[in-house]
Amino acid sequence: MSSTAKSLQHAPAAKVVPLNAPAKAAEPVEASTPAPSAAPSAAASSRLARLAAVTKRRALNALPPVLAVGALLGVWELLCAAPDATLPPPSRVVSETWELIVDPFFDRGGIDKGLFWHIYASIKRVALGYFLAAIGGIGLGVLIGSSKWATRALDPIFQVLRTIPPLAWLPLSLAAFRDGQPSAIFVIFITAIWPIIINTAVGIRNIPQDYQNVAKVLRLNRGEYFVSIMLPAAAPFIFTGLRIGVGLSWLAIVAAEMLIGGTGIGFFIWDSWNSSRISDIILALLYVGIVGMLLDRAIAVLGRIVTRGTAST
Amino acid sequence: MEANDRYVQIENVHKSFGSAGGSEVLRDVSLTVRKGEFVSIIGHSGCGKSTLLNIVAGLTPATSGNVFVDNRQVVEPGPDRAVVFQNHSLLPWLSVYQNVRLAVDKIFGGMMSKDERHDWTLRNLELVSMVEARNKKPGEISGGMKQRVGIARALSMKPKILLLDEPFGALDALTRAHLQDRVMQISMELGNTVMMITHDVEEAVLLSDRIVMLTNGPAATIGSICEVPLERPRLRLELISDPTYVGCRAAVLEFLHKRHRFVDAA
Repeated sequence: MSSTAKSLQHAPAAKVVPLNAPAKAAEPVEASTPAPSAAPSAAASSRLARLAAVTKRRALNALPPVLAVGALLGVWELLCAAPDATLPPPSRVVSETWELIVDPFFDRGGIDKGLFWHIYASIKRVALGYFLAAIGGIGLGVLIGSSKWATRALDPIFQVLRTIPPLAWLPLSLAAFRDGQPSAIFVIFITAIWPIIINTAVGIRNIPQDYQNVAKVLRLNRGEYFVSIMLPAAAPFIFTGLRIGVGLSWLAIVAAEMLIGGTGIGFFIWDSWNSSRISDIILALLYVGIVGMLLDRAIAVLGRIVTRGTAST
Repeated sequence: MEANDRYVQIENVHKSFGSAGGSEVLRDVSLTVRKGEFVSIIGHSGCGKSTLLNIVAGLTPATSGNVFVDNRQVVEPGPDRAVVFQNHSLLPWLSVYQNVRLAVDKIFGGMMSKDERHDWTLRNLELVSMVEARNKKPGEISGGMKQRVGIARALSMKPKILLLDEPFGALDALTRAHLQDRVMQISMELGNTVMMITHDVEEAVLLSDRIVMLTNGPAATIGSICEVPLERPRLRLELISDPTYVGCRAAVLEFLHKRHRFVDAA
């Protein structure tokens, strides 16, 4: 059946082209002989003009942020130019941290490592804690989104727990785990899980009745309903939660690492402060910001790929 | 023969929403449908037509009374009573093909091989001329096309009865006419038993063997039944002046607009 449908659809089109092509092509070639000398140059110049237009538009788009950053650096340079300024101006930040900027990969043992290794350690902690939060958050979100009893039982608990600042969990988790590493991961987990739970639950509750009716008519069982209807229908909401969660995790990790020590960008900042290396702190802050933005973008892009087409029709 | 004459039996169905003494929607509705018959249910908005359809589908339980399809009592929804929903209800993250395939896989997963299921999916898309657009997402096709896919999905379940809930309601007049002709042709070819909800008189007369007219709610019931003894295939343009067609149309219009005028709309 499929092959006949296909051949019916494509065969005529494929045959028509070669049959008609020579007959039709013969005429235009003669008619357009005088044109070729003018045509290519016109085409080339129009392409060039279009390229110029695109370049110009890109340049205009790039101009405002460049100007803003330039102005910011200028003001900063002026404000910190005085000899008794407490913070270094940007020029001194660059000169003092040049070694860290050009070689982020050195490792002289202990905590004396390049910035890449500190950020890598932080990302590893965030990845693990966030991964656990995603699993647990989606699971609990599905539970309270699909069961009124679970909502009534768990919602008050969640409403209280989610307002606790991430760092307030740290002493308790240190007491429980007796080690910095799992404590930091737990803090990430407990920070990221709330928005994931809440958004997932909202997404599950908002599944249109129509989809549920389709599932009922088809007699989908629970597992099939979960995979074919529930997850895809709630995916846009789940990704909203995941995106908020990753931002919060990155906020929490820096603070947690300042307290647990070892490696990590948070510890690096605290260590720099203790050694009065203010320029190092400023460089590290810039990196923290850039990595945070990249994490946010990564989840956003992932969400766009996964939820492609799930927007309602 | 006896079983086929009473293929669908709706017996003394009552429906009230809310607790005892709550608003009564349907009162004492009884109807039998022959196998292969096309029955329309017509009535004013809010009279409970969709509720009746949902009871037959099993999506809404009746407060009292029974529904039997092919001598089996209806207690829950199932693919033997496929519904074409008013707003198509396609899953937007699946392609046209996948939407139909989901139903085919679920219902015939144990009975057909993978290739057979693929062919069966395509054959149903072919019935509604959606093979070419099979890889498009519902968001990329028109309302009429979506409804065609909804019909293909319902047909692919090989239902005992096809339930159409105002299937053409959201479409423009030209698309609607085209789709009505298509549904008429398909149901003649396949011999489906069809129950259709509508509020469009021409549509009901054109498509149906019988038109069931519901009185106004609350507590709607069957007010009258109009047989449409027109030969098939029916051609829209030829029917315009056909005396049987005109007579049926007048009878239904009279019922709706004289005897059971929708008071609130005035």
